[in-house]
Amino acid sequence: MRESWFLLLRNLKEFWRTFRQNKLGLVGGLLVLIALLAAIFAPVLTPYDPSEIIRDENNRALTFAPPEVHGILGTDDAGHDVWSQLIFGARISITVGFLAGFIAMFVGSSLGILAGYFGGRTDTIIMRITDILLVIPDLPLLLVLVATIRQMELRISPLVVLIIVIGLLYWTSTARLIRSQVLTIKERQFVARARAIGAGHWHIIRNHILPQLTPLIVTNTVLILSTAILIESGLAFLGLGDPTRPSWGTMLNFAFERSAISNGAWWFYLPPGLAILWVSLGCILLGNILEEMLNPRLASHHLEGERGMIAVADTESRI
Amino acid sequence: MSRRDYLFSKFGISILTLLFVLVLDFVLFRVLPGDPVRAVIGRNIRISAEVQESLRAQFGLDKPIFPDQFIDTMGQWARGNLGVSWSLRRPVGEILISKLWNTLLLIGLGQILSIVLGVILGLLAGWKRKTPFDVGALTFSLIAWATPTFWLGIILLVAGSAWFGLPTGGIVSPENVGKPLYTIIPDVARHLVLPTLTFTILYLGEYMLIMRSAILEVLSEDYILTARAKGMSHFQVLVKHGLRNAMLPMITIIALNLGFTVSGAIYIETVFSYDGLGNLVQTALVKQDYPLLQGAFLLLAVSVIVANMLADFLYTYLDPRVKAN
Repeated sequence: MRESWFLLLRNLKEFWRTFRQNKLGLVGGLLVLIALLAAIFAPVLTPYDPSEIIRDENNRALTFAPPEVHGILGTDDAGHDVWSQLIFGARISITVGFLAGFIAMFVGSSLGILAGYFGGRTDTIIMRITDILLVIPDLPLLLVLVATIRQMELRISPLVVLIIVIGLLYWTSTARLIRSQVLTIKERQFVARARAIGAGHWHIIRNHILPQLTPLIVTNTVLILSTAILIESGLAFLGLGDPTRPSWGTMLNFAFERSAISNGAWWFYLPPGLAILWVSLGCILLGNILEEMLNPRLASHHLEGERGMIAVADTESRI
Repeated sequence: MSRRDYLFSKFGISILTLLFVLVLDFVLFRVLPGDPVRAVIGRNIRISAEVQESLRAQFGLDKPIFPDQFIDTMGQWARGNLGVSWSLRRPVGEILISKLWNTLLLIGLGQILSIVLGVILGLLAGWKRKTPFDVGALTFSLIAWATPTFWLGIILLVAGSAWFGLPTGGIVSPENVGKPLYTIIPDVARHLVLPTLTFTILYLGEYMLIMRSAILEVLSEDYILTARAKGMSHFQVLVKHGLRNAMLPMITIIALNLGFTVSGAIYIETVFSYDGLGNLVQTALVKQDYPLLQGAFLLLAVSVIVANMLADFLYTYLDPRVKAN
């Protein structure tokens, strides 16, 4: 057990060392961190309650007030403070996106390990399911599922429906990735040795395979988070969010449905989209940095001029 | 694997997927409160219990759900009978067909533009790797990937109408409705500019990225080095050996992407009130018109599955490795 922790720690340390050198990755991490902090400290950062109606001196609701007239980002169609909505929206968007992403990651990693490790019929069944889910257009599937579940009057929050449906549909790419990685790890010496001295399946998976997979799972999770955030915003934009707890997607739905565009209320429809872009771009930058580490063969190619080739030859001779 | 085995396994998966979609759609329709009788009478609850009962018998709802009702429903669907829309009070199949062409026009235009541009720009980016052009292309792809489709649509809608006076919604101006097709082509084209542009920007980034990594993969193969050694110029190698081999993964991706293009159509048609299937789906969602929603899902899913099947078929003709065996 202690040995597996050591392996995990070593892999994470290596991961961190490479990560630190990658500026884009650091930028991505910073973007995500700022969004997380905004979500956590939302009450401190906002002067108004997001559902509070701002009124002018005649006690009329201040609707579509531009930023010059009110606050940081003006007001929306009903007189709510847009800045407060945006910051509190971070909580909803990030919570739904992250929980859905973690479910997808958990399901995908588990099924990927099962398929890769046990092979045979388990593998066939899991891979057939990923094949099927890969071909069905995802948004129409999400829409019928979410709409039908909501209609069933199950008394669950619309946000929970979103989390579960997104989480249970977006695991296929993770499963395939993890499976192919497990297939190569499985053939290594240390797994064969562990098996030879009588280690059980669970022991081998937990102590020998899982630690090797950790960096891959971490990066893949981060990428899935960006997908989940984008999907949540899309579904919310189409009206499947929780109107009482607006995420960024719900805000855009309100802005679009309640004529923010014809009123020229850019402060209402620009910021939520930028916020979605901010977080999903952050996750992508954070997650994508491992691509080159995982695929060193692509470090240079044959049409990149003489210097590249000499460099490759050099490293080869040194080895 | 021989070509026949390959096709058989691919067809097998397609059939399985088709079956899954049919069963899912059937199940979803049955778990809803109420039943197909409600689909016919709409929200009109003043129909007497006896009439409802006789309708129920007429629809075969007194029979067991499986297999009787399932087989009956499949037969109905196969004949294009997808039920009646609750909100529009017309057969779902008829509504879907009337919107299909508009969506195909939008998707077709957007796909052709983004594929052609994506292949060319991706090829150049991979070839001139790590130059400012490549960095620019990558940045563009990343941002396009991270941008919510509908939001990009909203921005282009605002910018396009404010700066270029382009129409913001629909497919034809109200005064041109009902005129002969050839006289309204310029008007339709103007309406198509913004939705098509949104589509192209979104998918261009993805195709560019895929083409770039495909060409990088190909260019690190040894036969490229051989071709260089034979004295071929960079450009010759790129077009003769690089492009042809890198196009193969593109075909699979384009086919798999059809599902995503359907998603794009739903968002973009909603933003631009474009009169197609995507907009219909959104309307069905807002009006809680389940027969329409499920019919649209069936049509979209089945078309994507069939298109994928065709792409697999095409692939076996194009990939020498599959054909040779």
